[in-house]
Amino acid sequence: MPTTFMSRNDLLLFLGFTIVVLAMPIWLAPFGAGYPDLLQRFMIYGIFAVGFNILFGLTGYLSFGHAAFFGVGSYTAVWSFKLLTLDAIPAMVFAVIVSALFALVIGFLCLRRSGIYFSILTLAFAQMSYNLAYSVLTPITNGETGLQLTLNDPRVLDAAIGQTFVGQPVPTLFGQQLSGYAGFYFCAGFLILAFFFAQRITGSPFGMMLKSIKSNQTRMQFTGFNTRPYALSAFVISGMYAGLAGALLAVTDPLAGAERMQWTASGEVVLMTILGGVGTLVGPVIGAWIIKYFENILSALNDNILARFWSFLPDGMADFMVTVTSKFVGDGWHLTLGLLFVIIVIFLPGGIMEGVRRIAAAVRRSGTPAAKTQTQPAE
Amino acid sequence: MANSNVVLHVADVHKRFGGLHALADIDLQVEEGQTHAIIGPNGAGKSTLLNVIIGKLAPTSGQVVFDGAILTGRKPYQINQLGIARVFQTPEIFADLSVLHNVMIPAFAKRDGTFTLNMLRSLDSETGIRQEAEHMLEDVGMLNRKDMQAASLSRGDKRRMELAMCLIQHPRLLLLDEPTAGMSRHDTNTTIELLKKIKSRGMTKVIIEHDMHVVFSLADKISVLAQGRIIADGTPDEVRGNPKVQEAYLGGTH
Repeated sequence: MPTTFMSRNDLLLFLGFTIVVLAMPIWLAPFGAGYPDLLQRFMIYGIFAVGFNILFGLTGYLSFGHAAFFGVGSYTAVWSFKLLTLDAIPAMVFAVIVSALFALVIGFLCLRRSGIYFSILTLAFAQMSYNLAYSVLTPITNGETGLQLTLNDPRVLDAAIGQTFVGQPVPTLFGQQLSGYAGFYFCAGFLILAFFFAQRITGSPFGMMLKSIKSNQTRMQFTGFNTRPYALSAFVISGMYAGLAGALLAVTDPLAGAERMQWTASGEVVLMTILGGVGTLVGPVIGAWIIKYFENILSALNDNILARFWSFLPDGMADFMVTVTSKFVGDGWHLTLGLLFVIIVIFLPGGIMEGVRRIAAAVRRSGTPAAKTQTQPAE
Repeated sequence: MANSNVVLHVADVHKRFGGLHALADIDLQVEEGQTHAIIGPNGAGKSTLLNVIIGKLAPTSGQVVFDGAILTGRKPYQINQLGIARVFQTPEIFADLSVLHNVMIPAFAKRDGTFTLNMLRSLDSETGIRQEAEHMLEDVGMLNRKDMQAASLSRGDKRRMELAMCLIQHPRLLLLDEPTAGMSRHDTNTTIELLKKIKSRGMTKVIIEHDMHVVFSLADKISVLAQGRIIADGTPDEVRGNPKVQEAYLGGTH
């Protein structure tokens, strides 16, 4: 009965996920988020978080430096646009390869330690990468200004087939410009693919080994497993996901800056994963969407909008509320994010997915009053 | 005694922790197919000895030889792959995973070696290993608990599951660190029966145990450890009558 390819539940989850993603322009419109620019970012950071979860969620190794691979992906993609062609596919292939190599080296060094020491090592490497990109490697990264496309770029492959562009160069797919909804569906395709691979990995013997490393590394070693190549594989795979996401960001907006590699960017993906639910498949994606959504909504709010919102209150009261709430929006939206994060971690340590599971369990219990006492099925 | 039968040889092993001489001049020979018990009062160095054999601790001097291969200096996973499995004093299990998965994992190590990148296969397609694990769980009487999370098992069941995790690898040498500690009398007897059953399959065992009932129902040979030294060595009957042993157990510690 069980097919060797994919179990029925996995297939349903995958199909459901695909439909939700592809229909996003429709169901997000009422929330004011149904426009391509934001949707593209939902896809890109979804990929980043899914990949990050393969390392953090499965093996338990908490990297604080994954933005480095994201940034490397972006820079590589932009260089591919500059030197070879504006077509997106080669850019993404190179980005994934280069970030994999980068992750291999950094992972090899960082995985000599575990726990907090591992986290600090990854943070140190990422900050080194950031500083290299920001100043030392200016010829490659264009430092503070960021790497961007110009009309004078050689683009040897495009030149070879006699393709020329008028105006600002834009990445393409087989000649089709990847902006607007085309860009969204391009990114969505990759998110669905990324999700599919994450699902396969999680459901494979390899995925089970990664979970056992998280559960009890000592037992793994006494059971005959060399745990380091397992952890390194997970590290490289998640680095490749990050590189892919970084490349997609360069595809939709062909500009790579060093700030993409900064520790706040590394921290953001950690927040996304924890917010959504560490170790779950869907959780990190939802976490990424929520953070990007609130970033977008809250950072756009200003005092005028707040004043209108609180205008139903008496004057003095309204001014007071505007002053207080204005600290939580605009540039201060991180304050809201911080609060949200604290609340989730304290009340729902398993993230939003745990909330969903609890609600589902409560519904099931009220639905079948004679529900038998169920033993907690293990993940 | 024919030397060729010796499968595990702990040769002149010393282990010092700072000023503490935890193991002194340990020379231990375990013969193929036998059950060799190591007994001794608390702090005698029994667990340290197991840790040295299994590669968790490096001896200060001396070496451990298993079937012609020197274990000293090898990594724990390499030692396991040579055919040595261990049950720990406090169960080392995968608490977050299901009982069935706990038992399947060691079977993968046995089949696929120290590292395999089998990430595109589905776990559901591994019916062979699943069935093997289910048989193993049936052997230890835990098949009805296979879908439970290992963390929610009772202490006795955790130990039994850990035993199943070792047995599924069909090790040539099984090291047991107090396998019945924390078990009820009934569970202890079940475990003794199980261990006897393995014995009939010719598996060599080194067992550390406080429970003399367990020791005398299982052991072919007994070594008595006190203050890091082997003070007596022999068959259960020889050891039982040895005055030095009586002293270590009664006079020495009280």
